[in-house]
Amino acid sequence: MTTLDFSRFGTSVAVDEREGYEGYLVSADKLVEFATALRDEYGYDYLSSVTGVDYIAEEKFEVVYHAYKTIGGAELVFKVQVARDKAEVPSLIDIYPGADFQEREAWDLLGIKFTGHPDLRRILLWEGFEGHPLRKDWQEAYYEEDIKPFKSRWPKAEYTRAEAQNPYGANVKYPDQFDPEKWVPEGEDALYGSLAKYETTDESGLKTDHLTVNLGPQHPSTHGVFRIAATLDGETIMNLKPVMGYLHRNHEKIGERNTYLQNMPFTDRLDYLSSLSNNFGYALAVEKLLNIEVPERAEYIRVIMAELTRIQNHLFAIGMFLNDLGAFFTPSLYAIEERELVLDIFEMVTGSRMMCNYFRFGGLARDLPAGSLQKIKDLVFDRLPRKTDEMDRFLSENEILRSRTVGQGYLSTEDAIKYASAGPVLRASGVPYDIRRAAPYSIYDRFDFNVAVRYNGDIYDRYIIRLDEIRESIKILQQAVEQIPEGEIQTGKPRYQMKVPAGEAYGRVEGPKGELGFYLVSDGKGNPYRYHVRAPSFINLTAFGPMCKGLKIADVVAVLGSIDIVLGETDR
Amino acid sequence: MYGKGLLKGLGVTLKRFADTYLDDIKWMGKRYYTAEGLAHRSSKDAKGIFTVQYPEEKLPVPEEFRYVPFLVYDEGEDGEILNRCTACGICSKVCPPQCIWIERALDPKTQRPIQEPSQFIIDVDICMNCGLCAEFCPFDSIKMDHDYEIASYGRTVHHLDDLLKPASYYDEIRPVNSTREAAARKEAEEAKAAKKAAREAKAAARAAAKTD
Repeated sequence: MTTLDFSRFGTSVAVDEREGYEGYLVSADKLVEFATALRDEYGYDYLSSVTGVDYIAEEKFEVVYHAYKTIGGAELVFKVQVARDKAEVPSLIDIYPGADFQEREAWDLLGIKFTGHPDLRRILLWEGFEGHPLRKDWQEAYYEEDIKPFKSRWPKAEYTRAEAQNPYGANVKYPDQFDPEKWVPEGEDALYGSLAKYETTDESGLKTDHLTVNLGPQHPSTHGVFRIAATLDGETIMNLKPVMGYLHRNHEKIGERNTYLQNMPFTDRLDYLSSLSNNFGYALAVEKLLNIEVPERAEYIRVIMAELTRIQNHLFAIGMFLNDLGAFFTPSLYAIEERELVLDIFEMVTGSRMMCNYFRFGGLARDLPAGSLQKIKDLVFDRLPRKTDEMDRFLSENEILRSRTVGQGYLSTEDAIKYASAGPVLRASGVPYDIRRAAPYSIYDRFDFNVAVRYNGDIYDRYIIRLDEIRESIKILQQAVEQIPEGEIQTGKPRYQMKVPAGEAYGRVEGPKGELGFYLVSDGKGNPYRYHVRAPSFINLTAFGPMCKGLKIADVVAVLGSIDIVLGETDR
Repeated sequence: MYGKGLLKGLGVTLKRFADTYLDDIKWMGKRYYTAEGLAHRSSKDAKGIFTVQYPEEKLPVPEEFRYVPFLVYDEGEDGEILNRCTACGICSKVCPPQCIWIERALDPKTQRPIQEPSQFIIDVDICMNCGLCAEFCPFDSIKMDHDYEIASYGRTVHHLDDLLKPASYYDEIRPVNSTREAAARKEAEEAKAAKKAAREAKAAARAAAKTD
């Protein structure tokens, strides 16, 4: 970890000296000042992740911030601790606007109030939800026990269905003296209120009212169940806010009940298009805690699988993006065909096409089966380069596509950094930031590849950069399949239950959609004390509103397609 | 020229359209409904549309493919069911959604627990097909199935009787794995036998030394 001189803050900034922890503890009253200095003087211009942790035994909440320099390098971790009964932390939204959704998430799930946040509403759960579920003293409707494995499973099987114990109606908690007849959905009012209703009067005295329109939640262009609330002037977007959480399942609470290994298949279900990248990030975080190495061959297989994942994710993203533009299913089916061939490999190697569950701590579930390496070689040396070129020829110069996308949905370099955009969205705005290069993990430092970057920051660049990235991934794959050595694929004996040393760890990978981070806190037991996912699909949406201002409604769909979200990850 | 990109793109679709029919002609009607045709359509050389006409034709599933778990039993001499499961409970402990319920059998005379399950329930509706149970079973007893056509109108809960399938079935769906596991089992058994023999020899030698 880099050591910086923060002596000017006196006792307000102290090194975090707890065993297994790193970074700095900042007192809440100096947080804004500290963050401003960090951004302006120390060069940490990118706030990647905001995580709330409930240390119930110490009667404290902690908010953990991970900041980077976009020129590369290790992260800087700083934390704020506040008393549990007075959970108020100053908001960093003015310094790092990318903290917007993440602070709302911490408020929603943990009940930490961010003073100065202009729109502190629930984000994943519905307004009117009682309680903050990630607090350690909160129990869900189908609560059985604090941690898995549950006792009723063995050696005496007491088989019941969860819903039999919690009949319909009894599984929702209501506030005291709740009366549905009198309930006013404050959240909805706040949402529309935050969009600012205008009324303008032109010279002739004609009054124009602005209209608020909901796009979704049931809408084919939203890639799932996702709502866009927009204020319109005619057909022009004046202001826009995404509304999400329809697919929320409290992944993080489930993760804190699970043992470390049990979380692995759950990570598949975050961004279900790129399960192997999710596995990768989670495995890295736990390996950091366990402090174990991964055998050489396993590293290669990991990289091969992660890059294949990137290729098939980008193919799908391009295909679905064209669907959003109205090119009804021809491009997307062309892309999906190639994706099928990659999924065939996943099925052969991992046992499942999408829910791969392949990575283990210190290695992999199993070695490559006979014949699979040849199949991968066939794809990366022959078919995929050919088909990527075909895709390029098919779409990139198409006048309709270009006129819909060039210069539209602009995100400037400064804004991309400011809003903590990640992955292709960030790089299409001219920031060559790729974790595989900026802070190499696994064996990415061994391969020769370029960080794809485009400079116009419009929808077209966000499309074309995905083709660039496919080409770079093919380059990495071609090297990896040639260099892959024989050998072990697992360090030590595979274990299903282990004690993990106390401490914290943050594992991050460059997922297909951007930086995917897993923040883990271990209390030395078999289950993670805190398990947080920095979901790129979720955080990339912070820039969605600003990108859409001034566009027409039809372009909103195109902008959303170009961000490439998967709601399994957005809503978690 | 304006419209050039459009025409280029249309060229790609035209080629794809033609490719499908050319491939059809080249394979002389064998492109569909034959094993070779299916293999061709899912290879790198596939051209044009490569739709698989499910359910009339089905892609062969690879060995590692996993779907809901089942229990492997060995067949005794007169078709007797020798359940490999010892009711150790590892699968139910490792299961992420906790969909496995196991009841350990009791000895009818002594009422002491014995190494056999009296009930084994898998709530298939909850199972997430992760395969961790099969991965960590020390007795090669619980394994992931290949049969993916289990849609039903009701809910699916498998009890012990539904779960048991013969070892021959397992050998058939996962030949590589079952051979490897059988070899490992044999090796472990031999090592155990050798150890036992060594111990007995030692004891005998000691006994002989004593009598001397």
